[in-house]
Amino acid sequence: MIEDAPLLTVDGLTKWYGRRLGCTNISFDLYEGEVLAIVGESGSGKSTLLQLLSGQLQPNDGRILYRMRDETVADLWHLSEPMRRLLFRTDWGYVHQDAQMGLRMGISAGGNVGERLMAVGWRNYGAIRDTATDWLARVEIDQARIDDTPRTYSGGMRQRLQIARNLVTAPRLVFMDEPTGGLDVSVQARLLDLLRRLVSDLNIAAIVVTHDLAVARLLSTRIMVMKAGEVIEAGLTDQVLDDPREPYTQLLVSSILPV
Amino acid sequence: MTMHPLSLAGVSKAFTVHLQGGLRLPVLRDLAFTARPGECVVLTGPSGAGKSSILKLIYGNYRCDEGAILVRNGSDIVDIATAAPRQILALRRRALGYVTQFLRAVPRVSALDIVAEALDDVPREAARDRAAAMLARFNVPERLWGLPPATFSGGEQQRVNLAQGLLPERPVVLLDEPTASLDAENRAVVIEIIRERKRQGVALVAIVHDEAVRDAIADTSLDVTRFATAT
Repeated sequence: MIEDAPLLTVDGLTKWYGRRLGCTNISFDLYEGEVLAIVGESGSGKSTLLQLLSGQLQPNDGRILYRMRDETVADLWHLSEPMRRLLFRTDWGYVHQDAQMGLRMGISAGGNVGERLMAVGWRNYGAIRDTATDWLARVEIDQARIDDTPRTYSGGMRQRLQIARNLVTAPRLVFMDEPTGGLDVSVQARLLDLLRRLVSDLNIAAIVVTHDLAVARLLSTRIMVMKAGEVIEAGLTDQVLDDPREPYTQLLVSSILPV
Repeated sequence: MTMHPLSLAGVSKAFTVHLQGGLRLPVLRDLAFTARPGECVVLTGPSGAGKSSILKLIYGNYRCDEGAILVRNGSDIVDIATAAPRQILALRRRALGYVTQFLRAVPRVSALDIVAEALDDVPREAARDRAAAMLARFNVPERLWGLPPATFSGGEQQRVNLAQGLLPERPVVLLDEPTASLDAENRAVVIEIIRERKRQGVALVAIVHDEAVRDAIADTSLDVTRFATAT
């Protein structure tokens, strides 16, 4: 089990925006079932890193290796553009902070979930509708709302719908950008519990960008702390948060308001 | 070569507090001890001597500056001091248990599922049956099993936590004040389960202030003040 090959290998990833540094020399491995949190304040490079990792932004240096379903290892930027898109549609998920960016606001909730299934070749309307209904239940959305558009949904419901849309095709790797950002605390707790359970039941690998250390603690097994484009500290989540070594990490941990 | 389930050698730990100008707080120096199968090592010493830190170092919750912390996992030996995160996680899932007096309640998960989740290698229904038996043993009323423990009393939460921590049968178990604030009846349950685990060959390291409990479970007492560097 320990000797398994990683799902994702990131090696020396670097991105410059002109002369301004996005992030530099990022390296790590990620395995199935692991949830990696990337934390740091605004401007630390964590969003740049997420865009690089998910293939939306091309790095200046370094490489991303991904173990495909047929067990071959592909260099992300050596794949053709259509192949990369196919991977993104079928094997990966991406949960945006703003659910509107991850949903099609004009089509029904069922359609939002079903569309992903059709993209991977499902054609039977009944099967698509049944699976969509099942997934709405899994993310605790009332079946009676399946034909409504997400415009009529609350923020928390939209986020749960976005998660169903992402997970319905059983991706192996899911990226999440501040998945609970902008939601009420009680809505956050529900969403976090749901995410925690789904990720563990489906044995998905996930990379979660967050500035909220409580979210990182609840969801992730490993953590990377970023500052000024660099990873300054990484390790087991509970170890880094309970025994932080770097001055900046100590500052972050001690800045949490007690409840 | 036979290896103990747990063996520490030359373990040193200090905290550096950067927010206070890099103040260095040494905690432990050159700590060494072993735990054999079926042995319960009780750590003694005054508050602040570093007893809880020792358990956190063994669990990989604190980082070890120097030395080796060897835990046996089947036929493998893992050095917690140098292991990769996923090796430590694998060890925690199969070989290393850690029970504190505080429950880290996960929002919205029922008491029964919290306890059953400790058995992640057992089919769900079987895990729930064993979880139910453990909750019953700790006298947690059945009407509470389906509820999330966030609203339970302190004592009820502690018993859910003990049921969760003591249910999986791992070869090395760390106990941090498992009986603090328990009533006599439930204290007796904890002692009984610890004795069962010892008979099964589990190696335990415990912090217990209650002398009666200590006498009932300890095979070895280790005074940590001789390894403590704090004054």
